[in-house]
Amino acid sequence: MNLTIVLQQLVNGISLGSLYGLVAIGYTMVYGVIRLINFAHGDIMMVGMYFAFTGIAMLFLPWWAAFLLSMLASALVGVIIDRVAYKPLRNASRISALITAIGVSFFLENSFLVIYGGVPKAFPVPSLFGGAVNIHGVIFPNIAIITPIVAIIFLMILLFILHKTKYGMAMRALSLDFETVRIMGVNVDLVISVVFAIGSFLAALSGIFWAMRYPAINPLIGIMPGLKAFAAAVLGGIGSVAGAAIGGFIIGISEILIVALFPSLAGYKDAFAFLFLIFVLLFKPTGIMGEDLERGRF
Amino acid sequence: MKIDRNNILTALSILAFFLFVWWGNHHLTAYAVRIWEDTLIFLMLAAGYNLINGVAGQFSLEPNGFVAIGAYVTAILILTPAQKESMFIIEPMVPWLAHLHMSFLPALIIGGIVTAIVGFILGFPVFRVRGDYLAIVTLGFGLTIRVVSNNTITITNGALGLKGLPTYTNIWWCAVWAVLAMIVIMRIVDSAFGRAMKAIRDDEDAAIAMGINTLWMKQIAFVTAAFFEGVGGGLLASLITIISPTVFTFFLTFELLIIIVVGGLGSMTGTVIATVLVVWGSELLRVVEQPMNIFGLHIPGIPGMRMVVFSILLIVVMIFAREGIMGQREFSWDWLLNKIKGKRA
Repeated sequence: MNLTIVLQQLVNGISLGSLYGLVAIGYTMVYGVIRLINFAHGDIMMVGMYFAFTGIAMLFLPWWAAFLLSMLASALVGVIIDRVAYKPLRNASRISALITAIGVSFFLENSFLVIYGGVPKAFPVPSLFGGAVNIHGVIFPNIAIITPIVAIIFLMILLFILHKTKYGMAMRALSLDFETVRIMGVNVDLVISVVFAIGSFLAALSGIFWAMRYPAINPLIGIMPGLKAFAAAVLGGIGSVAGAAIGGFIIGISEILIVALFPSLAGYKDAFAFLFLIFVLLFKPTGIMGEDLERGRF
Repeated sequence: MKIDRNNILTALSILAFFLFVWWGNHHLTAYAVRIWEDTLIFLMLAAGYNLINGVAGQFSLEPNGFVAIGAYVTAILILTPAQKESMFIIEPMVPWLAHLHMSFLPALIIGGIVTAIVGFILGFPVFRVRGDYLAIVTLGFGLTIRVVSNNTITITNGALGLKGLPTYTNIWWCAVWAVLAMIVIMRIVDSAFGRAMKAIRDDEDAAIAMGINTLWMKQIAFVTAAFFEGVGGGLLASLITIISPTVFTFFLTFELLIIIVVGGLGSMTGTVIATVLVVWGSELLRVVEQPMNIFGLHIPGIPGMRMVVFSILLIVVMIFAREGIMGQREFSWDWLLNKIKGKRA
């Protein structure tokens, strides 16, 4: 294997990893604030893809408008899910909330099956993202280069929001001590809604880039990347935004490299993330960036 | 087991149930018998699932993996060598499995035992985590089983699956196994093991402090559930006669989850009621997926609508009736007799 291929695979892995990372951020933020594994988060990715698909292929919007509207609409879906399904269960056991989240996940998958049908749809890829560039004989698809750049820009914006704004401070405070923050007069429900909106916005962003990378979408497409992103969130240390991004990169790069180095194991690639997850939980359950599961940090 | 009023009543009602099965087998339509078979297999799967999720309180999402293992093992054992040879067209089957052939009962039991062994081995790593992490790890196990069965072509025939399984499963097989599973599981729930499991569910740290070996108790629940889910998988395999990696998806786990949640986590009585409601309800809901004409108004069928209804049902139950139908209560003869006496007085 020569350097060219290694470089190509590495760029590929970074690009895939940033997609996992964007989804993992949503898991980690929701978990940090309300201690819930939002099972439906991977499906928000799928929702984002279908909204963008609808915008471009059915409403004939320009691609940037369709993408933006899709991300905003997905954020709204995330907020509605929280208000309708999770908010009534804030004081219930965590397992009740988890079961509800599984129900929401199935609801999203199956209602999109009903609306759009089970036949995979071809996602219209805008020409900007379609081509490839040739740098000294190494060919990179545009999408593989643009994805990590976009992901890092949004990660920066998110870290700014978390550390420099009032809402960010409220989120960080909520992850430390839910009850005290409530006593302090912070509108907790509003802050949680913002968390869901941010998480869903980023998941939709990731979904759209996923759809441009693999341009055939179906209503069950969010399950696997969603679960791998969860593994990434745990690997990075659940509750930590930077950790989620790092975990995403690790899962993405190792997935690509394993397939590149051991082609005979390619069929098992979907199982690797789980082996990873099990090993992390067994030997370092707090993840890379985490210290104590009961203390949130972001 | 001592012979007292309650046990005699239980034995009589089991006898009455078998009489009903005998009658139903001769007088019901093939469609109705098939629904009964589904109901009984699902009862067995759900009872095992409820033992681990409801009684021991270890929320896990693995049944589709266990069912798949049981189904594959049973299917490989009941297929004739000639069938296997003609079916494995990509790569031939590994020789020691290709010539193995046996009748249905040993195949089912071996399927159950293999699944139980897998469950036992799986239990050690997964029970080191609790709560929602356990759910995700066991969900990952179900997915891993699918990936493995897709790739071990010399054993499972990969994505092509196994076809033309002999149809041994009939209502008698389902009824006897379901009753057996219910008796075993109810006996466990009523024993010291069951009480220890409930203690773990209610407060694991307190249970440890009381000297309960929590890993061992969880393993008992897990392995028992795995055995019956494996046997249930074998029954399902011979009932639907074709299995492939995509047959036993998370949908199966989801259906079982709805059953135990609607019935009440931790109540076997609730599981029985909810199995009947969910399996029969899902047959009734087929109506919404078929085109219909109401007063000349044509409504096209909506495929997939059933699962939408079920997921809404699950969310509504969790929000408004978290206890389910039975909560953690169980049916008992004392309760029924008191009720009757109370009415007379």
